[in-house]
Amino acid sequence: MVAPIIELQSVNKWYGEFHVLRNINLTVKKGERIVVCGPSGSGKSTMIRCINRLEEHQKGHIIVDGTELTNDLKNIDAIRREVGMVFQHFNLFPHLTVLENLTIGPIWVLKKPKAEAEETAMKYLNRVRIPEQANKYPGQLSGGQQQRVAIARSLCMNPKIMLFDEPTSALDPEMVKEVLDVMVGLAEEGGMTMICVTHEMGFARKVADRVIFMDRGEIIEQNTPDEFFSNPQNERTQLFLSQILH
Amino acid sequence: MTTATESLPPPTASTGPIGWIRERLFSSPLNTILTVLSVWLILMSLPPFIEWALIKANFTAATSQECRAGGGACWAFIGVKYRLMLFGLYPYDEQWRPLLASIFLIGLIVASCMPRFWNLSIVIMWPVGLVLVAILMWGGILGLKYVENTLWGGLPLTLILATFGIALAFPFGVMLALGRRSRMPAIKTLCVLYIELIRGVPLISMLFMSSVMLPLFLPEGFSIDKLLRAQIAIILFAAAYLAEVVRGGLQAIPKGQYEGADSLGLSYGQKMGLVILPQALKIVIPPLVSLFIAVFKDTSLVVIIGIYDLMQSTKVALTDPAWRGFSIEAYIFVSVIYFVFCYSMSKYSQNLESRLATGHKR
Repeated sequence: MVAPIIELQSVNKWYGEFHVLRNINLTVKKGERIVVCGPSGSGKSTMIRCINRLEEHQKGHIIVDGTELTNDLKNIDAIRREVGMVFQHFNLFPHLTVLENLTIGPIWVLKKPKAEAEETAMKYLNRVRIPEQANKYPGQLSGGQQQRVAIARSLCMNPKIMLFDEPTSALDPEMVKEVLDVMVGLAEEGGMTMICVTHEMGFARKVADRVIFMDRGEIIEQNTPDEFFSNPQNERTQLFLSQILH
Repeated sequence: MTTATESLPPPTASTGPIGWIRERLFSSPLNTILTVLSVWLILMSLPPFIEWALIKANFTAATSQECRAGGGACWAFIGVKYRLMLFGLYPYDEQWRPLLASIFLIGLIVASCMPRFWNLSIVIMWPVGLVLVAILMWGGILGLKYVENTLWGGLPLTLILATFGIALAFPFGVMLALGRRSRMPAIKTLCVLYIELIRGVPLISMLFMSSVMLPLFLPEGFSIDKLLRAQIAIILFAAAYLAEVVRGGLQAIPKGQYEGADSLGLSYGQKMGLVILPQALKIVIPPLVSLFIAVFKDTSLVVIIGIYDLMQSTKVALTDPAWRGFSIEAYIFVSVIYFVFCYSMSKYSQNLESRLATGHKR
């Protein structure tokens, strides 16, 4: 049996009085590709943001690749180095060129020489198919291109785990595919553990090993994509699926 | 049809100078009234001023009676007194030294504004330049006569106070701004207290305090130089304002930028220094430069503790009984000097803004 790379044990979190994560238990195996879906406000983003400590959980344990997330800054840094994240709004640095966006992490965090970092950056820009944009600023690119740069930026850190927080929600419809293609490519290559919050059910069917449905801060149901879509167990899942699959 | 419609050139915007005038100056009744009023104002004020300042002016008179006779401006007064105004009480025969020091200082500042020096050379340039300025001003070595700093005055003094005021208040202000946004309560409280306390007090009273109260707290026999005390007061004062300007910039940076930096594993210092501050400072260039200009002009307040800056040495020049009553000329002269410096700062900041634009504020 493969050892789990991410473990969430009875994780709870509150925003003020609002109980946003209720007793979340989740085990992710190395190389597993998971899609998390659910209605808005169900805590899916909050859950994956807890995994690299962009949000703090208040109860329970989160263990990433053998290291437990605590207030210890050393642990947080160690985990962030292994976990890449792609955001809904890209969060590229607008004052830096695309290439500088890709090398800032490797140079300052991984202490790589500049030439090597740039070589790696160009490799990943080729992979997301926009090497010709290397010297432009993010503001000069389209949304789809920016999101591909953001994916490349995370990959440059050579992470073991990639978290995607609604990566296509802020994109114009005609740009969704170019980003999904990159993600599918990454998933099909294998080896990378991926957790993806998304409403792209086509993507879930195509690459996910497991689909997780969350509602009101709880994990309601999880299953393989085939079972999940054809035979949802819980009535809340059925309602959700009937609303998004027309 | 499969091909797109052909692009057309934009319509001709203006129809010659007459069209421009009609559109810009006389487009509506209100606009017409404003145009006529402005023209009238210019016609009323400009010719008399030119007559006074240039046509009837005297540039060469040897005495004040001769100078007054023409009825125009007496620029000869500036010719007689400019050295006192520019260098204050600095020994007359040694005034080439503050002149040279001012030129060095201005040269340093101009060079620091050019991106081509934004590397190691700036780090070497400043200490070397400042040592040169100090040697020139104080002397005492290399055969230069020692001049104590109570005799310094005029333009070099204003430049020194402003340069150090701005250069040292800037990093201090940035730290205060970061401190005020810190999640550590002790640091935050300290920074808030400092900023609010200093901002609540006029600069004049800080200068008074630094010259009157500070010596009371210091051990006997131990004194800090008067000029240094004024300099420190200016730095402490400017830093508090600077902190609030910078904080405004920090608040304009979206949370996503912090999260982007965090997710890459950048440390706090790297996050601030590489990602947040470059963007925040760029946003606040206009108010920041306003503040720098204000600091430059506020250095003239040091007169109240008996330091002879540009403004005060001009006043001294006006007290000569042989040349009484030419204050308008003298004040125009210093105003032009202040204006040249302040306007250069303003122009440079505009230039900097357009250079740093990276296309994300479309």
